[in-house]
Amino acid sequence: MTTTATPVANGVNVEALLGARDALGETPEAGQFTWRATNEWVHGTHSRSSVEGYFGLGEEHEHKAAYGFEADHPLVFAAEDNAATPVEIVLVGLASCLTAGVAAVAQNREIQLRSVKATVEGDMDIAGILGADPDVRNGFSDIRVTYDIDADASPEDLEALVAQSQKRSAVFDIVTNPTNVSVAVA
Amino acid sequence: MRVDAVVIGAGHAGLAVSRLLSARSIEHVALERGEAAQSWRTQRWESLRLLTPNWLTRLPGLEYDGDDPDGFMTMPEVIDFMDRYARLAGAPVRTNTRVTALRPADDGYRVVTDRGEWTCRTAVLATGGFNLPRVPRLAAGLPNSVDSVTPYDYHRPSDLAEGGVLVVGASATGIQLAEEIHASGRPVTLAVGEHVRMARTYRGKDVQWWMLRTGRLDERFDEVEDLARARRVPSPQLIGSPERRTLDLNGLTDQGVRLVGRLAGVSDGVLQFSGSLRNKCQLADLKLGRLLGEFDEWARQAGFNGEFGPAHRPEPTRVEDSPLLSLDLSRGEIKTVLWATGFEPDYSWLEVPALDRKGRLRHQGGVVTGWPGLYRIGLNFLRRRKSSFIHGTEDDARDLVDHLESHLRCRVPAAVG
Repeated sequence: MTTTATPVANGVNVEALLGARDALGETPEAGQFTWRATNEWVHGTHSRSSVEGYFGLGEEHEHKAAYGFEADHPLVFAAEDNAATPVEIVLVGLASCLTAGVAAVAQNREIQLRSVKATVEGDMDIAGILGADPDVRNGFSDIRVTYDIDADASPEDLEALVAQSQKRSAVFDIVTNPTNVSVAVA
Repeated sequence: MRVDAVVIGAGHAGLAVSRLLSARSIEHVALERGEAAQSWRTQRWESLRLLTPNWLTRLPGLEYDGDDPDGFMTMPEVIDFMDRYARLAGAPVRTNTRVTALRPADDGYRVVTDRGEWTCRTAVLATGGFNLPRVPRLAAGLPNSVDSVTPYDYHRPSDLAEGGVLVVGASATGIQLAEEIHASGRPVTLAVGEHVRMARTYRGKDVQWWMLRTGRLDERFDEVEDLARARRVPSPQLIGSPERRTLDLNGLTDQGVRLVGRLAGVSDGVLQFSGSLRNKCQLADLKLGRLLGEFDEWARQAGFNGEFGPAHRPEPTRVEDSPLLSLDLSRGEIKTVLWATGFEPDYSWLEVPALDRKGRLRHQGGVVTGWPGLYRIGLNFLRRRKSSFIHGTEDDARDLVDHLESHLRCRVPAAVG
């Protein structure tokens, strides 16, 4: 591995994260977070989501601003294509989470990043969601993420970086492992 | 040898077709790989009883005449019933004659067996709809330390290793086997995907009575909204028992069976279960509620209300807050995986290119598409919702024998209406 003369600065506060990990050893209940979003139908398959507050470290928090997300379905589904498709937003979530992990792990391993680009592809047979073939699942049959990273590190170190990012990724876990989901009518 | 018709299989469907052919003096032979009703003799577990009450168990020319019309036949009783029927029908059955090929021939078909060949202008495939257990591909990922068993390998709980059992699938087969295996001291985990919840009796009547009287059993293949779906609906959660009891997921939970979601994967020796258990149970509860609502409405309109017990709804299916999502097989808790994941027909001997890309026979209500003179009987919803029941055979057999007779006589068969 190449080491740099100047301190590595990827913009991730590793000391704070490691401090948080130590703190959780003392007060594990502080680690219980609840993330939230609201979603409202606009028209057709178009809907709008908002993310504002979340619970963690024993109390409610507000984001700096309310963040909005639009979702719709594409023209080939006879929809209006006002925004990305929900399944594309899932891919976005996966890539965003992995990239955040790459930056954090790189910082911890003192690898200076210059650029990190990910390309995500998810394969899907829509015979599933159309109910045309019961043997085809609704969701992705395969997801591929390719990282193109420019950094002061050997190819092996970059492999290890990306592997560690998957190991600690919430969204990677969410898409690779089952989760109990309950949907109710209020 | 040349005959007008060859019936392949002498189970209840083949025997019924044979009787109707005889009644019309159509020269035929029924070829049977073993003894008549072979799969009822060999491919059923010991405790199994029919899911249809005795009063409804009938074939063309034979009705139940015993003293327990509301009971459910055991397998030895079913075999007796079939033997009686074979004698009554006087069917020209060639037993121990295994068909190895059916192929197109001049003016009809050639049927090749291990005891000679027949040529015929018409052939009826009455080989059953449940020849092969359907086992999902992910079964290949199970470690060798776990036994992988299908309902055809299973006769009684003591066939299985001591220890925990994962039963995959919650249709009639899955819930019945889960119950008796758990009762044998082998703790059962039941993986539950899409299922059809049912009540054995409702307002004092057997559910099959309601299905029959409300006309649901007679719903036709060309009337139902989504035929492909109707044909693949899992068998309803029913058991035939002397007590006429209902067996559902709540009953299994009460007995200590652990419910988990659909088996979604096996990865590095870890079973993964879907997080959709609550949704699947809710769907099944809602659907049963709608069905019972239809029964109530029918009873009200038919002016039957006073004679029955009160309308009621079963308790919603209880699902624990956080059903198990993964199970590490290396912990040794599960010794056996039992695949109650359905059955499918075996067409390995069929050399007529009449199958679709998924290996299913193309047919219109049992009239094989593109192959005049070739018929199929005894599949789920072949022509009616009741097609897969013993009592559902008669109407289907009459329709198809009508068609077959027209084909033989005029060469331009009337449309089966």
